[in-house]
Amino acid sequence: MILDGKCPTGPIETSWDRHRFEMKLVNPANKRKFKVLVVGTGLAGGAAAATLGELGYNVEAFCYQDSARRAHSIAAQGGINAAKNYPNDGDSIYRLFYDTIKGGDFRAREADVWRLAQVSNNIIDQCVAQGVPFARDYAGYLDNRSFGGAQVSRTFYARGQTGQQLLLGAYQALCRQVQAGSVKLHTRREMLDLVVVDGEAKGITCRNLVTGQIESYWGDAVVLCTGGYVNVFYLSTNAMGCSVTAAWRSAKKGAYFANPCYTQIHPTCIPQSGDHQSKLTLMSESLRNDGRCWVPKKQGDERAAHQIPEDERDYYLERKYPSFGNLAPRDIASRAAKEQCDDNRGVGPGKRGVFLDFADSIKRLGEDKIRERYGNLFDMYEKITDENGYKQPMRIYPAPHYSMGGLWVDYNCMSNVPGLFVLGEANFSVHGANRLGASALMQGLADGYFVIPNTIANYLARITPGKVKDDHPEFKRSREEIQGQMDKLLSIKGKKTVSELNRELGKVMWNNAGMARSEQSLKEAIKRIPELREEFWNNVNVTGVSGSTNQQLENAWRLADFLEFAELFVKDALHREESCGGHFRVEHQTEDGEAMRDDENFCYVGAWEFKGIDKEPELHKEPLKFENVELAVRSYK
Amino acid sequence: MNLTLYVWRQKGPKEKGSLERYEAKHVSPDSSFLEMLDEVNEDLIKSGKDPIVFDHDCREGICGMCSQMINGIAHGPDTEITVCQLHMRKFKDGDSIYIEPWRAKAFPLISDLMVDRSAFDRIIESYGYTSAHTGGVPDGNAIPVSKVNADIAMDAAACIGCGACVAACPNASAMLFVSAKVSHLGVLPQGEVEAARRVKAMVSQMDAEGFGNCTNHYECEAACPKGIKVTFISRMNRELLKAIPQVEKKAAGGGF
Repeated sequence: MILDGKCPTGPIETSWDRHRFEMKLVNPANKRKFKVLVVGTGLAGGAAAATLGELGYNVEAFCYQDSARRAHSIAAQGGINAAKNYPNDGDSIYRLFYDTIKGGDFRAREADVWRLAQVSNNIIDQCVAQGVPFARDYAGYLDNRSFGGAQVSRTFYARGQTGQQLLLGAYQALCRQVQAGSVKLHTRREMLDLVVVDGEAKGITCRNLVTGQIESYWGDAVVLCTGGYVNVFYLSTNAMGCSVTAAWRSAKKGAYFANPCYTQIHPTCIPQSGDHQSKLTLMSESLRNDGRCWVPKKQGDERAAHQIPEDERDYYLERKYPSFGNLAPRDIASRAAKEQCDDNRGVGPGKRGVFLDFADSIKRLGEDKIRERYGNLFDMYEKITDENGYKQPMRIYPAPHYSMGGLWVDYNCMSNVPGLFVLGEANFSVHGANRLGASALMQGLADGYFVIPNTIANYLARITPGKVKDDHPEFKRSREEIQGQMDKLLSIKGKKTVSELNRELGKVMWNNAGMARSEQSLKEAIKRIPELREEFWNNVNVTGVSGSTNQQLENAWRLADFLEFAELFVKDALHREESCGGHFRVEHQTEDGEAMRDDENFCYVGAWEFKGIDKEPELHKEPLKFENVELAVRSYK
Repeated sequence: MNLTLYVWRQKGPKEKGSLERYEAKHVSPDSSFLEMLDEVNEDLIKSGKDPIVFDHDCREGICGMCSQMINGIAHGPDTEITVCQLHMRKFKDGDSIYIEPWRAKAFPLISDLMVDRSAFDRIIESYGYTSAHTGGVPDGNAIPVSKVNADIAMDAAACIGCGACVAACPNASAMLFVSAKVSHLGVLPQGEVEAARRVKAMVSQMDAEGFGNCTNHYECEAACPKGIKVTFISRMNRELLKAIPQVEKKAAGGGF
């Protein structure tokens, strides 16, 4: 089937404004009759719930954490982009749009990206009004810094805690609505099913993570803001609770999953130290503003960094990409680091690491200036590695960080299941095959504050509020099915723990579908994943009972979903016979190792329809048209 | 390294709890404290016992979910750190480690090391925000904010809401948490407009939740993983003193 994103046509500069005028509205007095369920309280979910509440809708919001303030958006460090052009360095909405399309390796929709660039400026204004303490200069004006993939300074930041500050802004706006009575908050709840009645999303089934109760919630629309799925690699920069569960269970209820193979491996993470490790820690890409990446020129060099003279160091990013240098986009910087390590030039224990050296910047600006810019990152580095980044170069290595793929949505952020909206990282829309730094925060807040409040009305205005409630038999059926899954997981009583199997899946995915993918490696993964799935359902040991707090059971169902989703991920990677952005197929590269796209055959969004476990998913294509940016080879040289 | 752990186990809020002894063997000094507990839990699962319940999520010291008293110190023996960032190299081979939940009346226990901190959410709900509606706000540069004030606001806004300040305080006072939010917003021109109403609402909610008062022990500052200073408490007290007559004047029909 050919999918239609229903993007506005005509001049792109006015596309969003025209579309907003053309959409239906819900009259203020009628808004309170509609109930909207918002799942997830990160930047997208927190902003959406707060804004929909302000508008007068009757909102219920859900998060698995103990407080809405803890969603993983909080961990974003570096910043948020906007096309304000405060530094007067040539930025514009058009340039942000252009950089994002190019950064995404021409695999995103033009109209969606234009809208993102357009509302980026409103986001900064909104956050300032909420009291987000962005960095400022001595005149009292907002400060900017540079990020990868851009040659202008358009990134706004709050020390190294930008995500935290933006999330607290959204959380506080959400709390204001809780106080006002327009939003009801359900914490420690995890969505385990989407309830679809007559083809439309009408509610969700959750587990209360404290009591173990399986609960039903009805709504006239469901807004999923449940983040990404890179924990499929087991070790990633995501929080421990991040999972594909809400998105995958919606996919099993009919929502298409788009471009699952587009995952971002972030270049500046702290290398793994041993098998005990449960997660990888990222350090902001902004470090590459002042840090220089290098490896020894000599293979297998065992000397400490300070013993290696200047002319025996290879500043490989500056050498390969002279115009962007250390600020090359993430996919390129990550692959370059992997290349050096594969070539036996890696540093540190295990030799999976490259240096990120601040010595030159400290000489130029002084240690105090560097501390002011990145102090918390240096502290964090020292706490984890016991090394002082001011005195010796940091060691970094790429780690899974973000998923550009996600549930398919149209221009209104609505999935192919009417009434199911998907925002932020959980959808596939604006980042194409690679996300630029400081763009995730921008997208989450754009979707939540400025897109969904407009587009949801266009759907709600066409339906009758409260037509289906939780007394509908479909809710009971869903509850029974979920309870059945819990009972099944607890009854297996096998020999392996959830985390042992989780690590095995992670290894299969990282080795075969990580930074470099080949037909052979992907086929190996397609063979291994169903075997692991079978082992899981026959040999996992989940302790405890379903009727109380049970963290092992939570981990078990998240893994069960990853074990199904991983197969789709790999199939998508196998079908996409090209390299683009974060998806690198070794068969498709230029002579000097750069990604080679195939626009003739793959210039489309690949959206997969679930047909049953052990059945082939069906591929639907949405062709991508580039009318404003010319399809070109992406070069950062 | 090998360690002996004494961990607080309590099935539910109404059940009796006790310290249970566990052996943690072959712990890597490079592993984090929670990774050490993960390994202990793996052993418990394999021997058919219920693993230790504890809150955790981001494991990079920012979400504020992890919350454990380690040898009587909130977040354990290191400065400006959360449990998830604490590494085992801070301990010695053969050490005994006592692990307990946050203990405060306003943080009722859920299970083992997991407590209910929703009182913090209710305090923010009471007025921990600016009443800016989405849209219709001026350009971000329309109102300059002095760098000094922006920096003070950021120092206060760094709070992660973990509750270590309450757990460390002999009075289980939440004044560091509340004063951080009162100061963060009160020092900025965007938040100053509502400063008087805010401080009054937040302090009364804090009292209603059953937190104690500050008697200047400064244990909160010592335990805070984000280095938030007790000077914010004095700032909040000043703001509250200024606010009371203002709010009352308004109630009597006067303006301010």
